[in-house]
Amino acid sequence: MKSFKEYIAYPYGLWMLIFIAVPLLVVVWFSFLSNPDFKAGVYTFTLDNYQEFMDPVYLELLYRSFLYAVIATVICFIIAYPLGNLIISLPGHRQNLMIVLMIIPMWVNFLLRTYAWMVLLSGSGLISQFLGMLGFQDVSLLYTQSAVILGMVYNFFPYMLLPIYTSLKKIDPDLLRAATDLGANHFQMFVKIKLPLSLPGIVSGSMMVFMPAVSTFVISNLLGGGKYMLVGNLIEQQFLTLNNWNFGSAISMVLMTIIFLVLGIARLITGKELDTGGQLL
Amino acid sequence: MKKNTEKIIQVKNLVKFYGDKTIIDEINFHIRANEFLTILGPSGCGKTTLLRMIGGFETPDDGDILFEGKSLLNIPANKRPINTVFQKYALFPHLNVYDNVAFGLKIQKKPSAEIASLVQEMLRMVNLQGQEQRDVNSLSGGEQQRVAIARALVNHPQVLLLDEPLGALDLKLRKNMQMELKNLQKKTGITFIYVTHDQEEAMTMSDTIIIMNRGRIQQIGSPVDIYNEPRNAFAADFIGESNILDSIMLKDCLVKLQDVEFPCVDKGFEENEAVLTVIRPEDIDILPPGSGFLDGVIESVTFLGMHYEIVMNCKGINWLIHTTREFFAGDQISIQVDPNNIHIMKKEKDHEII
Repeated sequence: MKSFKEYIAYPYGLWMLIFIAVPLLVVVWFSFLSNPDFKAGVYTFTLDNYQEFMDPVYLELLYRSFLYAVIATVICFIIAYPLGNLIISLPGHRQNLMIVLMIIPMWVNFLLRTYAWMVLLSGSGLISQFLGMLGFQDVSLLYTQSAVILGMVYNFFPYMLLPIYTSLKKIDPDLLRAATDLGANHFQMFVKIKLPLSLPGIVSGSMMVFMPAVSTFVISNLLGGGKYMLVGNLIEQQFLTLNNWNFGSAISMVLMTIIFLVLGIARLITGKELDTGGQLL
Repeated sequence: MKKNTEKIIQVKNLVKFYGDKTIIDEINFHIRANEFLTILGPSGCGKTTLLRMIGGFETPDDGDILFEGKSLLNIPANKRPINTVFQKYALFPHLNVYDNVAFGLKIQKKPSAEIASLVQEMLRMVNLQGQEQRDVNSLSGGEQQRVAIARALVNHPQVLLLDEPLGALDLKLRKNMQMELKNLQKKTGITFIYVTHDQEEAMTMSDTIIIMNRGRIQQIGSPVDIYNEPRNAFAADFIGESNILDSIMLKDCLVKLQDVEFPCVDKGFEENEAVLTVIRPEDIDILPPGSGFLDGVIESVTFLGMHYEIVMNCKGINWLIHTTREFFAGDQISIQVDPNNIHIMKKEKDHEII
């Protein structure tokens, strides 16, 4: 007989079926249908949608999405790793305070935060005024590649920091002492002990920044002003403007497949399950 | 092997504060080469802090630690000729048994063939031959312990620090490991500084015991000396079981205990000085009622295998007595103690009895 605990998972199972599995299957199905036939109520199997995506224009867009997401992820890591180390070196209550300070921006609506950046970056915004005082006249950072990447870094940074902080915090300080005790200097201790033990946190943090960054369309819309289209924008356009759900579905499938591949690679890097926490996979 | 009596480590007037709390309060002692020294004390007495200062993981606020006559304080932990076995072993979870043990040798950039042979030899010594490739997380507590010891000893340190290394093991395994550690120490000739709160562990393994309480040394001596001649009530109570009784030293060699005069062998106290008398439970002889110093009623008898533990009530004060003869609760008995087995201690205000 099944226990209550097992039954309690059923509603969630149902939820997943209705809101995740079924829509996903619909997307798969749409992606293999030809557009005009779909509208006429005739279903014809075709690979045209995928073939259309192989156009260099779209591939360049895919490449740009990946490039921006990777740059944003790397910048997040470069800031988050030393910051995580700094935070764990603080006394307990100060650690909590720092973490809360890092999370507070997430309490503000995502769109609102991004609009706020538009104001800050615009020609009459605070940042331009400041640069103007330094002698750089009429610099508008808004609607540039940098603005898009900045938006990604700003919005997804906590997702990098938290897993890194958790995995660093879970490293027993005696392990670091043991490495020192056995003759390792700071650098050797870092490379041989700290880095490998915090790797699960680094990998899951990177995934949690990379995935939303590669598929975003709001940030590129608002901060890029539509000049730097990403895959997310393309999908949005197909569904909402051009009403080509089939091509949109095919692009979504390509993006999803690539994300799954990246996740698989991440899992390989993390290797055997380490009990250091901070894992996503 | 000739006993080397050179002082390998000297601790001089060592002081350590955490905030305004004094953790280590003016500690002085020395360790001779090849010695097995145990720092014994209750948790929070400062013993781990003391060990960490010797290992280089804490900086003293005052005083000095000398290694072969030279100060260690300006030498970072990774350059000291000292290795540590940590409380919970601190094995590197992402490395297998071989790589854990080889860690120090690889840092020293020894040739890999030499590393391999040294690691093999050390694993044989701790009975872990053939386990090189195992994941350290899959090892039992005893095996992890052995890896931790091998990882430290393979570097041939001059001094090995052990911070309650057997605390996580069950009783039987702990007993076996005590013997193995003692044998390893004899075989390698490395000086061991062992920290524990377990008095029995300290007694069975050590050449010298330092008893610590509240950041101060209570007594330094061999296990036999400390057991037979505890210097104060704390030491008496911490090592073995004791009856510790308020009493008055009437004059040299005569103490008044529960209004009865007991001849003893201690001298040098003031007349009528209030003192503490310490009597070990096994040093009390039981006689028929009326024929000893003090009469009382047996409150309880517990059989402990080797002997019976008797609690005798005499005018409201409980006496702990160990005997091999069988008695029953309610029996009237009389007790007597040989003068040599009565230990008189000064009353010290700050030496609280635990």
